Amino acid sequence: MTGFEDFLAGAVRLSAPIILAALGEVIVQRSGVINIGIEGTMLAGAFFGFLVAFQTGNPMLGVFASLGAGVAIGIIFALLTVIQKANQIVVGTGLNIAMLGLTGVLLRGIFEADANLGIQPIGVWNWPILSSFPVLGKAFFSQSALVYVSGAIAIGIWIFLRSRYGLGLRACGSNPEAADAAGVKVDAIRFGAVVFGAALAGLAGAYLSLVQTNTFSENMTSGRGFIALAVVIFGRWSPIGVVAASLIFGIANQAQFWMQARGSSLDFLGITAQVPYQFFLALPYLITLFVLAFFSGKYRGPAAIGKPYVRSS
Amino acid sequence: MLFGQANRLSNLSQFLSISVTLVTGIVLIYLAILLGGGNPGAAATALVSGSLSGSYSQAETLIRACPLLLAGLGLAVAFRAGVWNIGAEGQIYMGALAVTALASQLGSLPALFAVPLAFFVAFISGGFWAFIAAFLRTRRGVQEVISTIMLNFLAIQIVSAAVHGPLREPTGQFPYSDTIGTSLILARLVPPTRFHTGVILAMVIALVVWVMLFRTLWGFKVRTVGNSPEAATHSGISIERTIWGAMFVSGGLSGLAGAIELMGVTHILFENFSPGYGYTAIAVALLGGLHPVGIVASGLLFGALQAGASAMQRDAGISEVIVLVVQGIIIFSVALQTARALRKKAALKARAEAEV
Repeated sequence: MTGFEDFLAGAVRLSAPIILAALGEVIVQRSGVINIGIEGTMLAGAFFGFLVAFQTGNPMLGVFASLGAGVAIGIIFALLTVIQKANQIVVGTGLNIAMLGLTGVLLRGIFEADANLGIQPIGVWNWPILSSFPVLGKAFFSQSALVYVSGAIAIGIWIFLRSRYGLGLRACGSNPEAADAAGVKVDAIRFGAVVFGAALAGLAGAYLSLVQTNTFSENMTSGRGFIALAVVIFGRWSPIGVVAASLIFGIANQAQFWMQARGSSLDFLGITAQVPYQFFLALPYLITLFVLAFFSGKYRGPAAIGKPYVRSS
Repeated sequence: MLFGQANRLSNLSQFLSISVTLVTGIVLIYLAILLGGGNPGAAATALVSGSLSGSYSQAETLIRACPLLLAGLGLAVAFRAGVWNIGAEGQIYMGALAVTALASQLGSLPALFAVPLAFFVAFISGGFWAFIAAFLRTRRGVQEVISTIMLNFLAIQIVSAAVHGPLREPTGQFPYSDTIGTSLILARLVPPTRFHTGVILAMVIALVVWVMLFRTLWGFKVRTVGNSPEAATHSGISIERTIWGAMFVSGGLSGLAGAIELMGVTHILFENFSPGYGYTAIAVALLGGLHPVGIVASGLLFGALQAGASAMQRDAGISEVIVLVVQGIIIFSVALQTARALRKKAALKARAEAEV
């Protein structure tokens, strides 16, 4: 069964950055804001995390740099959209483009070329006893600390959303007028939610450059931020749902690697078909489209999502 | 009278805030170049000489503006209908792919038939790719922002598979297509520069899009659906059909951009065929105020930026992706302008209502 255990552990590893980014976006969207700039935020998190880890030789400092990059970008996004009421989709798109450029320029400027510079990646942390459990032990108890952190954040968000403060945040997303009338500071809460979400996107980036790989390459997020956005919808804006949806994506993605490794010819009922490797590369995006097509439908999420709140008086 | 003054005032403040954003942008880029260990002076010289000095540079500016303004026009049609089509990149790929796939059949026809047929095929192909997102939005409630981006990734992989597989050049050595037939190649008007007839065609298409948007019932419907879906429903406009049509035209124009880039510049299809034209086109469309005339102007500006940035990478060693930072800053500033204008309008309206 070790093959299967490794398969599951790999699936959890692949889903971790999506879990982190999507959990942040749950809080953002529940407060009534949609930040499609998390792709660019993840990329910046991955870059600045790698930069600091490389310069200091300490990957944990890199993780804090990723968080810092996320917070800084979150503040910019919130200033533009929550305070200045600029269109969230437009600003998010601008963010993605700008971060692709910024990380590219800095990478080539600081590290000369697309350097294959590596750092010591953050290793796994085995839980005593639990990690030797059959089947799921390796998947859930022999991972990097960031995976455990994301699990803790998921539980924290689940509790938070049920608290008094969580109620206030949800009111900003479903009925900001009523929230305002009840004395909730809508813009302040949305500002905080955006910064929190961007910080988690930065952390997701740290996972990519400091845990999953040990280097940074241009555009290394390659759409994971957008997949996280789809996961928020698929997971019905709930932290538990988001974790489950991300795990499904992780399993599909791991299956894709596994099939790629087996070779591009598939034997099925005596028919041998040549499958181009691009099919496997395209699979996560194809799955995202199908998931969205079949799970978007009736429940469209928080009612005030994407609409800046402006007092009418 | 009052209106005239208000207009002039808002023009002045708009001009001021655009200038402020541009200056901030230039300062930021200056710092980014310094941080990246480059020489800003040499970079600026390369930027200007690579885009403006001499007929070769000027032609480079024009041919790079061509796909940008075509895709930008397409995006403007979708944005005006209230659909956030972020998928121009994929639609460009699908347009170029369709022409390449049919190149051997089309290439045997005389140019008089081959070229219009190629444009038609590219338009349909790009339009279909965008239509998928429109259909998913109106029928399945899928946010087009995400679906169009997924379709971009899919299109890029499809093109990659095609040039590694069925469309690979005959010797099978390199992952790119065979050169398209001579009857499909757009004439170069000022040799030895790469200035081709597609640039002129793009300008004509800008005029056609202007007529479609502002002088036809279809354009009125598109703008109404985008401005106020409620008003559209009340006046009996089908939102679904308008969105489908706007997205089809939007993707079609990007498909055309891909075809013209293929037939005018590259003559072969390969991986990374588009250096992000579809994303740059978002900035082009927004900076152009979603208006064809503005888009031609902003398309030329970005064409110059890209031509200059290539020279900058070559001569001053600064990565040309720096243009993306400029694009991001422009997108932010346009978003801010629009928000400010909307707030001013709302405040005026509130004051008018209070006076009544």
